[in-house]
Amino acid sequence: MSSNSESGRFQSWMERNVFALFVGLAIALSVGGIVEIVPLFYLKSTMEHNQYPELVWQRQQGQTLADHKPGDGMRPFSALELAGRDVYQREGCYLCHSQMIRPFRDEKERYGHYSLASESMYDHPFQWGSKRTGPDIARLGGKYSDDWHRKHLRAPRSVVPESVMPNYPWLKDNLVDGAQIQANMTGLQMIGVPYTDADIAEAPGLVRGKTEEDAMVAYLQVLGTMAKLDEDKVYRE
Amino acid sequence: MDAAAEQKYDYGVVRWFTVMAVVYLVVGALVGVYIASELAWPFLNFDTPYITFGRLRPLHTNAVIFAFGGCTLMATAFYTVQRTCATRLWSNKLAWFTFIGWNLIILSAVITLPLGINQTKEYAELEWPIDIAIAVVWLSYMFNFIMTVHNRKTSHIYVSNWFFLGMMVMITYLHVVNSLAIPVGMFKSYSIFSGVQDAMIQWWWGHNAVGFYLTAGFLGIMYYYVPKQAGRPIYSYRLSVIHFWALMFGYVWLGAHHLQYTALPDWTGSLGAAVSLAMIIPSWGGAVNGMMTLSGAWDKLRTDYVLRFLIMSLAFYAMSTFEGPVMSIKTVNALSHYTDWTVGHVHSGALGWVAMIAIGSIYHMMVRVFHVQLWSEKLVNVHFWTATIGTVVYIVAMWVSGIMQGLMWRAYDEYGTLAYTFAESVEAMHPYYAMRAVGGMIFLAGSVLMLFNILMTVVKASSEGSVQRARTATATA
Repeated sequence: MSSNSESGRFQSWMERNVFALFVGLAIALSVGGIVEIVPLFYLKSTMEHNQYPELVWQRQQGQTLADHKPGDGMRPFSALELAGRDVYQREGCYLCHSQMIRPFRDEKERYGHYSLASESMYDHPFQWGSKRTGPDIARLGGKYSDDWHRKHLRAPRSVVPESVMPNYPWLKDNLVDGAQIQANMTGLQMIGVPYTDADIAEAPGLVRGKTEEDAMVAYLQVLGTMAKLDEDKVYRE
Repeated sequence: MDAAAEQKYDYGVVRWFTVMAVVYLVVGALVGVYIASELAWPFLNFDTPYITFGRLRPLHTNAVIFAFGGCTLMATAFYTVQRTCATRLWSNKLAWFTFIGWNLIILSAVITLPLGINQTKEYAELEWPIDIAIAVVWLSYMFNFIMTVHNRKTSHIYVSNWFFLGMMVMITYLHVVNSLAIPVGMFKSYSIFSGVQDAMIQWWWGHNAVGFYLTAGFLGIMYYYVPKQAGRPIYSYRLSVIHFWALMFGYVWLGAHHLQYTALPDWTGSLGAAVSLAMIIPSWGGAVNGMMTLSGAWDKLRTDYVLRFLIMSLAFYAMSTFEGPVMSIKTVNALSHYTDWTVGHVHSGALGWVAMIAIGSIYHMMVRVFHVQLWSEKLVNVHFWTATIGTVVYIVAMWVSGIMQGLMWRAYDEYGTLAYTFAESVEAMHPYYAMRAVGGMIFLAGSVLMLFNILMTVVKASSEGSVQRARTATATA
């Protein structure tokens, strides 16, 4: 940079004043993030349920989470499913399993309809994953029996000989902590997940005596079953 | 022995960061080799919760990025800023606070991650109390750095320091925003963002942990240690200015390319990919600037093993910053995403670029801050070759397995049905997972040699009392 040009003088000034360099950097570094992230919070087209409201469960007054039928639309996880999801997080399952089906022919045949943004609207944090050491499980719910899942969690190679997944035998021995689940649901309610106070109040009762394995199976069996997607609709351009 | 420098600068904290960086290199690589082996031979999980792949993988990434990478960045930044500003640290005490704080954070990661305490965001797994500690310690590092630059005795701020500062500012942004969470207990919290917004914020963080922590920061290292070790001025000032600002402004946009074809709106992913392609230019600007610094002095590579590390790192940097933009092209990404190719790409950057330049700079600093020759120069050369061969074996294994995975998943037979089950693709990976573990072991072996060499150098320095003599000698500046 020759120092007699306008930009050269500016560069030279920043090279002599660390606070100017700091401010220059603070501005330059903020642009990309702002442009890419902020619109996602307000552009209606980001979430498909703005155009297709049936993707989200329209809960009536007095209904509990148990009144939701598969296909009724997205709802918050039940107490037991949430406990399963907590186990999923704790064990780092997201490091090998994605929950994000891409709109390709082979993925449709292998895993099902491509995933929508609205389908993870209550996922704090998102569980899309970045690696498929194991298969995608965004629509795992209902594909296998509960019994299969228990066998698979305890000893994956007993049902899938090629698997490299660790055994998770301790899940069947650990009980779900009802008080913790209640605290978790309260926290999620505070950041916008539509749990009712009744949902939170009944949570410890619903998980009493349940093992982490029960919770995990409940979580895995609900994945991809909440909303019913219509093959004839174009959810994303 | 450079008594003048010992008395003029605060080297104590640099010595400790330097040695700890090597300790964490070995720890991080060891955990990496173990989890790589678990994928090849799953019995290694031993039905024990604390050592399963899912719990150790965050420990591996945290150990190499934040423990090894972090200590390297702190050692080199504290060393470089003093040398290039011709002044001591603004506060030596604060630097020690940074050292102790950072190492306590690492210790807490070693305890909490195997216990399954994590935020479930890649490369940002540590739970909220540790996140707060990270923010405090990080700001102490940045503040000390800025004030030291402010106190400088030189007229202009040297280019290394621009890169270090850029990294410090950006990591502050990223860490604070990405870690925003609602605590629901001492060891549990949920991200306040959900779904698609959380995904974008996570990969804005995820890619820039690479782009700033592991690239901008290490380019800061490159700009000081390559010219110093080569004994030549940096090739082009003009190039450094252009590629600096292009990198600072542009890298931030790349995160979206991790989410192509997902439920992230297409405009965001495509924008990320477009900027990614453009980033080849500033990335290669840095690589060329470093490499060309050697023009007229290439013969030094025959005798200077430390310089070999520095130059090899630039070759890997150029390679992986070409590979990255290629992988962000949509059609390539459709194949490569979710596969081992990504893992291989990360490691060509992490082992080839980050680790090699860090290793070179550590050897360079050891001699100068301990005031002795290295215990063994020959071992540096052995380390160079084990590191290079280990890296190449690793990334070749992942190229093959990654591309094979991608092709198997999308293969159709003559009847128009999927040719392979997922399980068949897993089975096909076995030889490459074994090969990757072997590559990792070779790299690890080199790191162990390095640790041994470094520790013996410290022992030698202490038995000779070289640091003490440098402190008390009458400086002949």
